Amino acid sequence: MKTGKYLLLRRASQLGILALFLLGPLAGIWIVKGTLTFSYTLDTLPLADPYVLAQSLLTLHLPEQKMLLGAAIVAAFYLLVGGRVYCSWVCPMNMVTDAAAWLRQRLGLRMGSAMPRSLRYWILAMTLVLALATGTLAWELVNPVSMLHRGLVFGMGAAWAIVAAVFLLDVFVSPRAWCGHACPVGAFYSLIGRFSLVRVAAVRRAQCNDCMDCYAVCPEPQVITPALKGEAKGAGPVILSPACTNCARCIDVCTRDVFEFGTRFGNTPGETIRLAEAKELQ
Amino acid sequence: MSDRRRFLLDAAKMACGVGVLGLGVGLYAKQARALPPDAVRPPGALAEGDFLGACIRCGLCVRDCPPQILSLARPEQPLATGTPFFTARTGPCEMCEHIPCVKACPTGALDPALTDITKSKMGLAVLVDEETCLNFLGLRCDVCYRVCPLIDKAITLEPQHNVRTGKHTRFIPTVHSDACTGCGICEKSCVLEAAAIKVIPFPLAKGRGGSHYRLGWEEKRKAGRELVPGLIDLPDRLPEPR
Repeated sequence: MKTGKYLLLRRASQLGILALFLLGPLAGIWIVKGTLTFSYTLDTLPLADPYVLAQSLLTLHLPEQKMLLGAAIVAAFYLLVGGRVYCSWVCPMNMVTDAAAWLRQRLGLRMGSAMPRSLRYWILAMTLVLALATGTLAWELVNPVSMLHRGLVFGMGAAWAIVAAVFLLDVFVSPRAWCGHACPVGAFYSLIGRFSLVRVAAVRRAQCNDCMDCYAVCPEPQVITPALKGEAKGAGPVILSPACTNCARCIDVCTRDVFEFGTRFGNTPGETIRLAEAKELQ
Repeated sequence: MSDRRRFLLDAAKMACGVGVLGLGVGLYAKQARALPPDAVRPPGALAEGDFLGACIRCGLCVRDCPPQILSLARPEQPLATGTPFFTARTGPCEMCEHIPCVKACPTGALDPALTDITKSKMGLAVLVDEETCLNFLGLRCDVCYRVCPLIDKAITLEPQHNVRTGKHTRFIPTVHSDACTGCGICEKSCVLEAAAIKVIPFPLAKGRGGSHYRLGWEEKRKAGRELVPGLIDLPDRLPEPR
């Protein structure tokens, strides 16, 4: 399957953001200071993780204004571009689990059944209940996502073992286990993405030749069906599922150019043809 | 199986599985609430229980610490993963006047109400070992007293009779808990191979008298007179003359 420009852009985004965080400690150039839970860009722009803020609020601690402002900016950004854009364009764990999925495919491993997709929402609820019940950020003691990023920026220590566990889980135990089924961070951002503006749409779904490439490459293949195959049921072409990470691998691999980025609006069956025609005319 | 039955069974399965995971993490979180005695939190840190709910482990205090003594706990270290701390013996707090670590904190886990570093309470220095402390042995080491940023307030030297020689004075380093900030410079500077004076978490280090206890001489001073007049003064028992 093709590599495609969006995969390269995503890797550039993930590595670029990591490089910004590492430039300070490694080269003394302080553009971004902190970690993904809270950072200052150029000593002025606060950015904070709204998921960590939610946990912290549930411990009944009201943080300083800069934390609230930072979380509001980040939440507004993901509301615009798609909640799980965090997962596919920012989170360093994505490269670990993408590597695991790639290895699993190359080795032709078939063992292990997929866990239910709803698991992540249960785990999300559990982490929030834990914050309330223990009065501490209990999940952040073990959260592999924050541990990996903090490890890369501040020194790994034994966090390697936890990242390796996630990798091995994805390769040998259950396909796409962490990012696709278990991670509460992704679950939280998908809730933000429920109303997000930027979405992938199967605008030229009539051209689909059922090659299944998009299903094979998609980390959340269940989101494709309603948009791609829903015409008969009167469903529009926009992928509205909040589980979609806007990774755009489907756009990359489709040989018939069925998918493209669009907005959540104009999602009616008739719109498909008109949208496609308008593109052709341009 | 009906849809409703299947839904309920699936929900029960999830709730149980995730519940077990949550129980594990919760118990681990309970263990992680205990701060090991050689780890000291940065100035202004809330009480440990509150701190672990407020600190988001972003590391900004670590970055803004001028002497770079702070670090974030790694998973293998025996305190809450990702939280900032320092070890007094290897790198004590240098008590910067403007407290940049507190200014950097975005959550108030390091309390912004702390504006005077001499009022911070990171811990309490305790002279834990009277058997090895050179001043207790009758020597004039005095290093902990000399290096203390709050010399003569947080640590004083109290003269005592040296019974061993019978003619000298021992100068006993004495920590005063109302002034000591727990910066750990005394512990760092102790000349022994293992420090005789150590910074210990405040609640662990401090005793507390009964809430109804009154010190008679203090009350007398405050009132400016004897509170119970006419007490019978019993004869003092003096040692028999040899």
